[in-house]
Amino acid sequence: MTTIDATPPSTNQKAAVNPRRRVYRPNTKYIPILATLALLIVMYVSGIANYRNFDQPSVVVNLFRDNAVLLVVTVGMTFVILTGGIDLSVGAVISLTTTLTATLLQGGWPPLLVLPLVLLLGALLGAGMGAVIHYFKVEPFIATLAGLFLARGLALFINQESIPIRDKLWTTLSDMRIPLGEHTRTTPTAVVALSAVLIAAAVLAWTRFGRNVYAIGGSADSALLMGLPVARTRIAVYTVSGFCAALGGVLYTINSTSGHALQGSGTELDAIASCVIGGVLLTGGAGYVFGSLLGVLVYGMIGTIINFQGDLNSAWTRIVVGILLFGFILLQRLVTRRAR
Amino acid sequence: MTILKNRLFWPAAILLALLIVNVFTSNQFITLQDGHLFGTLIDILRGSAPLILVSLGMTLVISTGGIDLSVGSVMAISGAVACLLIKDLGNQNAVGSVLLIMAVAIAVSAALGLWNGSLVAIVGIQPIIATLILMVAGRGLAQLITAGQIINVQSSPYATIATGFFLTLPVAFLIALAAIGLIAVLTRRTALGLLLESVGGSPSASRLAGIQAKRITVMVYVVSGALAGLAGLIYSANIKSADSIYAGNLIELDAILAVVIGGTALIGGRFSILGTVLGAVLIQTLQVTVVGIGVPSKATLLFKAVVVVVLCLSQSVTFREKVFGRFKSRPAVRAEVPA
Repeated sequence: MTTIDATPPSTNQKAAVNPRRRVYRPNTKYIPILATLALLIVMYVSGIANYRNFDQPSVVVNLFRDNAVLLVVTVGMTFVILTGGIDLSVGAVISLTTTLTATLLQGGWPPLLVLPLVLLLGALLGAGMGAVIHYFKVEPFIATLAGLFLARGLALFINQESIPIRDKLWTTLSDMRIPLGEHTRTTPTAVVALSAVLIAAAVLAWTRFGRNVYAIGGSADSALLMGLPVARTRIAVYTVSGFCAALGGVLYTINSTSGHALQGSGTELDAIASCVIGGVLLTGGAGYVFGSLLGVLVYGMIGTIINFQGDLNSAWTRIVVGILLFGFILLQRLVTRRAR
Repeated sequence: MTILKNRLFWPAAILLALLIVNVFTSNQFITLQDGHLFGTLIDILRGSAPLILVSLGMTLVISTGGIDLSVGSVMAISGAVACLLIKDLGNQNAVGSVLLIMAVAIAVSAALGLWNGSLVAIVGIQPIIATLILMVAGRGLAQLITAGQIINVQSSPYATIATGFFLTLPVAFLIALAAIGLIAVLTRRTALGLLLESVGGSPSASRLAGIQAKRITVMVYVVSGALAGLAGLIYSANIKSADSIYAGNLIELDAILAVVIGGTALIGGRFSILGTVLGAVLIQTLQVTVVGIGVPSKATLLFKAVVVVVLCLSQSVTFREKVFGRFKSRPAVRAEVPA
């Protein structure tokens, strides 16, 4: 409903600025994001209409808390997809990070050393894959698939069991709540996830690196001919993705105060699907981090609604996500066709 | 030199090395027992059947420049449909009904392939995304079909396709062999293979040349779906139940890996049936070997990862040039360029 209210004023504004345009048409590159936003609002409004207590602010706030890991991973994935690549290893990097963090903390390592160490490891893994992709011309799909096997293999090698974390810093962060109002509180993990989104959006919009990412996604050959640092940028996006996946793993260990090698399997597909729902084109060169954020929120909203409904089983989550994916891809297809 | 340069040299060498390791580590590599062959080699052949079938379909899809991520979900659906129908049979051992049910399951899988193919060829969605839809939703569908339960069946004709033997060889391997033969003949003895490679090379140029590119694209996804369905039947017959969560889990990655090991480029336009079969058998052998040589179960995936990394790098032309190129004398390299 809110969307309809919002449109007429902008129609008038546009008409005033540009008299040749009679009907307001948003810039085609924003249509997928606006559609996702509209869908999110429709889902939220129908949730409020159908379920008791859905209108509590905590429902929205908890979306960020429950999907903090996916959100951070999706931010990294957005960078990779914008260059036209793909990173299948993120789920495995999460599992490696959680296992390694838990093991090191159990071994009595100082937490302030463990944290940078595992983040660095994730970034290094990503950089390694990026280098293999760029210098040895191995396809991203295959190189990151090998990375998936390697990271999960390492995780399983370290420990196959779930490892509890009793470190003070971790348990403090896990129990910490940040008050946002009278009855609403959120976790530090949600704040970290949201900051990751904001930083990534700023980097993509206002830095030279961000422009290079879009340029490579548009056409890597042209970017090279223009003298842009293709090698550095391409390795950097996989580094960012690896770092984000490791950060996601750390957030997971904070949320659950444990590490498990089987954690995070399938996260790569959730992240890719979130990007697509958020309007990031898999061919590269088009999309926004805020779109990915909306994609993750749609994902989370589906889960929330299914939770509130109560009698739907988890099979429906997959089916609904599949149907939504289909709808969004079809929409993108129509939009890009019209733009040509 | 020419043998060394063949794309299939390194995979074949690694396969041979793994098999030789198995000769020494396994109690029985190959023997005749109870009227049929028995041993590690036979286990490998039997176990690799589902992966071979899925990889064959994947090869055809990849040859047209596509990819099919939904094969694992299709396997789960096919097994679920078959087990659900067999469970309701009055006599679960009736051969005719079981065959009919298997045909139904494969037809359902082919229909799912048709859905994928239509999205790719007619709607024009990128293959990785078009098949991602069914990959995500398909497992949910399989869970709905089985109502979240694991359906057990007690049907000996059904179990035969996974565990039976015919003419001393495992039936599952014979099914895979038949599929390999059929596809090899269809693609290499008719113009079909050429058309596939042409569509993979450039769909629009193929269309201008009078090839019905869309029809061929839809067809490869239908074949991939049907083969995945057959693989799903063998998988579920092996465990005599429908497991909608673990059936075909991550098999799409193994299948794509098998195809790439076999020298088929992911960008399309070229494919090798023999290479794919080699790749699939190699992956299965690797899994059997890891257990055979006593690598602890927690290190199996790490072992696999190392082999995969070595394989991928050894197949990268740029990598070979950069690493091994230094050992060659420079004039020799220069002399090769003009020729």
